[in-house]
Amino acid sequence: MPSISPVNPETGRERLRTYAPFLVLLAILALNALVTPNFIQTGTARNMLLQSFPIIIMSLGMAMVIATGGIDISVGSIMAIASIVFAKLALDLGMGIVAAAVAALAISALFGAVNGLLVGYFAFQPIVVTLVTMMIGRGAAAVINDGKIVTFYDSNLVDFGLYQVLGVIPIHIFIIVIAVVVVFLLVRETVFGIYLQAVGDNLRAARLVGVDTFRIILSVYVACACLAGFAAIFETARLASADAINLGKLVEMDCIAAVAVGGTPMRGGEVRILSTLAGALTMQAITTMVNMNDIPYAYSLVIKSVIIIVALTVQKEK
Amino acid sequence: MAERVIEMQGISKSFPGVRALDQVDFYLEEGEIHALVGENGAGKSTLIKVMTGMYTADAGEIRVAGERVRPRSVFQMQEAGISTIYQEINLIPHMSVSENIALAREKTGLFGRIDWREARERARSAMARLGLDLDVDQPLNRFSTAVQQMVAIARALSLKARAVVMDEPTSSLNEGEITNLFRLIRDLRDQGVSFVFVSHKLREVFDLCQTVTVLRDGRLVGHYPITELDHFSLVSKMIGRDARGILGRHRDGTDKGERKRFCELNGIRDGRRLQGVSFAIGEGEILGLAGLLGSGRTETLRILFGAEQPEAGEIRLDGVVTRFNYPREAIARHLAFCPEDRKVEGIIPSLSLMDNIAITNLPRLSWRGVVSRAKKLALAEDYIQRLNIRAAGPRQRINTMSGGNQQKAILARWLSTSPRLILLDEPTRGIDVGARAEILDLIRRLAGEGLSVLMVSSEWGELLEVCDRILVYRDGRVLASLVGEEMTEDRIIATIAGEGRHA
Ligand SMILES: Nc1ncnc2c1ncn2[C@@H]1O[C@H](COP(=O)(O)OP(=O)(O)OP(=O)(O)O)[C@@H](O)[C@H]1O
Ligand SMILES: [Mg+2]
Repeated sequence: MPSISPVNPETGRERLRTYAPFLVLLAILALNALVTPNFIQTGTARNMLLQSFPIIIMSLGMAMVIATGGIDISVGSIMAIASIVFAKLALDLGMGIVAAAVAALAISALFGAVNGLLVGYFAFQPIVVTLVTMMIGRGAAAVINDGKIVTFYDSNLVDFGLYQVLGVIPIHIFIIVIAVVVVFLLVRETVFGIYLQAVGDNLRAARLVGVDTFRIILSVYVACACLAGFAAIFETARLASADAINLGKLVEMDCIAAVAVGGTPMRGGEVRILSTLAGALTMQAITTMVNMNDIPYAYSLVIKSVIIIVALTVQKEK
Repeated sequence: MAERVIEMQGISKSFPGVRALDQVDFYLEEGEIHALVGENGAGKSTLIKVMTGMYTADAGEIRVAGERVRPRSVFQMQEAGISTIYQEINLIPHMSVSENIALAREKTGLFGRIDWREARERARSAMARLGLDLDVDQPLNRFSTAVQQMVAIARALSLKARAVVMDEPTSSLNEGEITNLFRLIRDLRDQGVSFVFVSHKLREVFDLCQTVTVLRDGRLVGHYPITELDHFSLVSKMIGRDARGILGRHRDGTDKGERKRFCELNGIRDGRRLQGVSFAIGEGEILGLAGLLGSGRTETLRILFGAEQPEAGEIRLDGVVTRFNYPREAIARHLAFCPEDRKVEGIIPSLSLMDNIAITNLPRLSWRGVVSRAKKLALAEDYIQRLNIRAAGPRQRINTMSGGNQQKAILARWLSTSPRLILLDEPTRGIDVGARAEILDLIRRLAGEGLSVLMVSSEWGELLEVCDRILVYRDGRVLASLVGEEMTEDRIIATIAGEGRHA
């Protein structure tokens, strides 16, 4: 064997890359603490976490899709249709909320399956495929209730939304933790996780080593869509309404930004779940800062973009 | 003394966990062909990347024609007259051959306009100089790896550089193509162009080069005029010990008699290249496929593995007609396949060495979909040791490993599945002399235990060394099956050249 100097797995630069998303998050939180009135109060932090629920949940799905070399811009529309389906079924048809939720998840899964089929089997480009389902989803959602907002109040649902696990942990935070842990373990410890990266990294090689690439791509888009539907149900409950036109509008952009700020490369082949979580929190922290300081929406976009660029610069390779 | 075109002094370069170059000196003189040799992972490619501006050295000086330079980009070194063919082909797959060659051009018209008619002409003549007549408007990825390699060479040579640096340019070429290439190199040398030439085929080094620089473990062993060396002493310098152990092994040549048939192909056509291929492979047989570029050898392997579908014909395994729609179905029947182009179809670049080896075995290494890290590591370490794969550790990302070591990892990935039939397309591509002997030995040993092997190699010597039988391909057909006494290089050449033309 050759003489190889002792293994020193990380250079300073690489370590910086690994931790960059968390540093960026800390920086933005610190900034918030300075400029945002009352930010340090627990109520604010808790609110921020509650509001970040959908973007965190959906970023997890987005991260997996991006790891396969794809992208899903239909998640916002899927939220809209899941929300409308959920509210309508629960209200008009008098279905129980559990049954309505199951139906909403099913319709989300259907959208995901269409995405997965077109990308994985027919090899169409992910951005075009999901652009199409984005339009269909939003359109169909609007058609269902003639574009009108469904107000929806269910005391059980509200109680559920206020439920605290063991009396201290809000249900949303509990679910975030579970979801992050599950997806983290899924991509790190399972056969599926390795196949997922292989598909995004070198599709042809993945096929030749026996990976069922279609099944992987299909599962990933279905999972991503279901997470969007799941988030939609919680948003419907939180807002006590289902709005086909506005719910989830541009949320795909926040999710993609969260994944990018988290350091997952857009070309696929790699995925970082904890960093994606940091990225999602960063995006929400920006939104919170902007909202609580009465900064006009237009400026908020500029601020977001600057922070994304900064985050990407810190973790750039070489 | 001739002018030094390139002069490098005290070059060091480290990567996380590895000192790839340690105080290396290198000189390239005007009008010489200078070989750079060493084992896999010795630092040859790294030295070349430093020389040509792809990497920046941690320490050391580089001079081009006596002038100190600090290469910052490949473009800058190209401007200085150094053109390069890197080990892993660096062309744009979906662009045409002529576009790929034109991209290398320094001269453009107004507003960067490219004269496409001229570019096409240039591309055609550049390929013709290498003895290849092909449609330069076709996208590059329609051609085999060997042709792509020729295009990369044609492109580098078309730059009118004063020095051409070639990292394993011949790794997927056969004798005829190499002869053409060498003729062209010698012509250019006579016109004053200098060459750096890396190859693991030492016969080529003795054939072509005047000077040899040997590297070992990132250090310079020495510069030698070729006349001072013979094969044996050169290998000894490369490996740092007596080479007797690894040279001069031969096929035992005993005929194993009647074998049980494992796999049979009958009248396979693919609608493009294969014109009805039929043959059988016995259990434990090592069957070689010889032929020219584009004769259909690779296509045969791909069809057998389910990576492509035949248009007509049947495949039998253990006598039963079988059809594989996907490679995974072939894998389930204990077939394995090392593809010819490791960059495009072999490595999974961002995954670790360990995951690249284990990926074919994951179901076996996991429980309910959860991979056992311990088992995965144990499997990888076992094969890293068996094939002597050199890396900073099992967690090194495979695309940062040296080319030959990547190739070994791909072999490890398949050998570790305990296949019944392994399809090898240029299995020793880029692998050093010592490792090559070890791998061929391993293949022979596994064949002794019943593994069937179907092997394509552009190096006929290699086929003659390990195979029990050789099929000669031409134009999508099997022209001859050579066994025993008939297995000679002359016989292969004669068959290809047209003796015994098919009906
Ligand atoms: N980008 C990189 N990151 C980390 N390690 C690297 C990188 N490039 C090269 N190395 C390491 O440097 C050493 C020398 O590699 P190099 O590619 O120069 O070898 P080589 O002599 O060209 O071998 P081969 O004959 O297999 O092509 C190897 O140990 C390799 O793992
Ligand atoms: Mg190399």
